Amino acid sequence: MSTLALLVAKGITKRFGGVQALADVGFTINHGEIYGLIGPNGAGKTSLFNVLTGIYLPDGGEFTFDGDPLSNLKPNDVAARGIARTFQNIRLFGNLSALENVMIGRHVRTKAGVWGAVSRNASARAEEAAIHKRAYELIDYVGVAKRANSLAKHLAYGDQRRLEIARALATEPKLLALDEPAAGMNATETSALKRLLEDIRRDGTTILLIEHDMKLVMSICDRVLVLDYGKKIAEGSASAVQNDPQVIAAYLGGEVTLNLKGTA
Amino acid sequence: MRSFFDTSKNPKLAWAGVALIVVTLLVLPWALASMGTAWVRITNIAILYVFLALGLNIVVGFAGLLDLGYIAFYAVGAYVYALLASPHFNLHLPFWLILPIGAGVACMFGVLLGAPTLKLRGDYLAIVTLGFGEIIRIFLNNLSQPINITNGPQGIYMIDPFRIGDFNFAKRETILGLDFTGPIRYYYFFLVVMVIIIVLNLRLQDSRIGRAWEAIREDEVAARAMGINTRNIKLLAFAMGASFGGVAGGMFSAIQGFISPESFVLVESVMVLAMVVLGGMGNIWGVILGAVLLSFVPEVLRYTVTPVQEALFGRTLLDPEVIRMLLFGLALVLMMLFRPAGILPSAVRKRELETPAKP
Repeated sequence: MSTLALLVAKGITKRFGGVQALADVGFTINHGEIYGLIGPNGAGKTSLFNVLTGIYLPDGGEFTFDGDPLSNLKPNDVAARGIARTFQNIRLFGNLSALENVMIGRHVRTKAGVWGAVSRNASARAEEAAIHKRAYELIDYVGVAKRANSLAKHLAYGDQRRLEIARALATEPKLLALDEPAAGMNATETSALKRLLEDIRRDGTTILLIEHDMKLVMSICDRVLVLDYGKKIAEGSASAVQNDPQVIAAYLGGEVTLNLKGTA
Repeated sequence: MRSFFDTSKNPKLAWAGVALIVVTLLVLPWALASMGTAWVRITNIAILYVFLALGLNIVVGFAGLLDLGYIAFYAVGAYVYALLASPHFNLHLPFWLILPIGAGVACMFGVLLGAPTLKLRGDYLAIVTLGFGEIIRIFLNNLSQPINITNGPQGIYMIDPFRIGDFNFAKRETILGLDFTGPIRYYYFFLVVMVIIIVLNLRLQDSRIGRAWEAIREDEVAARAMGINTRNIKLLAFAMGASFGGVAGGMFSAIQGFISPESFVLVESVMVLAMVVLGGMGNIWGVILGAVLLSFVPEVLRYTVTPVQEALFGRTLLDPEVIRMLLFGLALVLMMLFRPAGILPSAVRKRELETPAKP
């Protein structure tokens, strides 16, 4: 298992005042998997993302990524280690072009500093050309190449979601963490997104996926983790999770759970 | 502006444009000198404001960090030069040594200001930087006791002009029938430095570092998630901006020959910020234009307000100083009403202001 495991989470706990956002959550994501993370609104999915990517410090627990602990790293260090993310409410650099957005994603894998910028020496020029080339490849890969020179905020909603994925891929992640990438997409856009995610997995990047679109989750995820009120209530294959009574209860409000009969 | 200099599309026109600008800049001081040496001095001060505005543009325009105490770095550079090249400590180091020292010390102060304010943005950052600017000025005002370092409000005088060997920038000489006054010599030197600083700015903006600054301006959380070390990149913006201010300060000391804390009041910071905003935040050419305009307009008004009143009413009705500031303020208000993104908005800011904001 340790050779297969890319990310191991143990006992992740996060509290906001009196709200227990995450309570002792543990899971393992294997290399090459598409791992789904679902749960009702407020279940702690995005909190888990924020703890994983260093935006929040956990109150307890630890992540092990690619064999090394990932404790108390800053978001930029997490990105450098190979975890890239997108945001539930798209956070592109709106006033920069789509291409520049992806070029910024290359920042963490490139080196040129002030001297390189100012002197434009051979290595800085070569690096800049490589950044440009790679950014263009990625923007083409996600299918937004036609809008490369438009400002990011002028892109259509679905394109913005794809651009965010391209920007995340530019950091050369081992794990790509996507926060509701299909939110607000129509059926056509969602199926295109599904193909993109499959391509990304095939090309060697593991995916952690928060998603409310159950059809997408069930059709693409190898395994699914279900959170409710910050607790892990189920984990397993899509079909197993789908039939789990606790999961059904969490989603449908509890009226089908047998143990609540009679308390009403 | 950029397309004008784009040598790839229409090389002849672009080079003709460049040649025209170069010739204009070379001839300019002689034309101005015919109106009086004062105008050459005003031009030199205008170039210093260009340096300041470009330096502040890195912090405000690129990285989006509102700095209201920027003049403090100008003060630091000016005092470093004054202390190392005046009878005050009886030190007379050469300027080509002091200017880098001044830039370095100002850079240090930039980091000193940047480090505690890393987590602040917008209004909060503005308040802290404003306080920082005042602290520096008050220090300069009071560091005459117990050891006399800055000579307090009396300031430092008899500051050395620039000298290279026997060549003294302040000395007047006639070469080839041309009357090379001090200000004209400084003008040419400043011109060279200005070209260097503009090239540095253009290259910085279009680089990995420049993109990182812009990413922080746009969305700091996303920038960090993309692996940008926002702490270092912000400090770098403060440090670079401050260094430009420090160099400008050293030059100011040399051409004035006298400095006191009064030259570095809050209004000066506001003025430089106004140049950046008015010209077009984030657009290097716009910022230069803003600096030139805002340095010349008050001077032009100074020389025209009284004669115009005399011609119209036969006497001076309003104090020239009062009406000058009044007209200046009016010009600013009108400018912002009709060109809210600045005179030459950066492509980005222009589009941002023309499209309705997202709900």
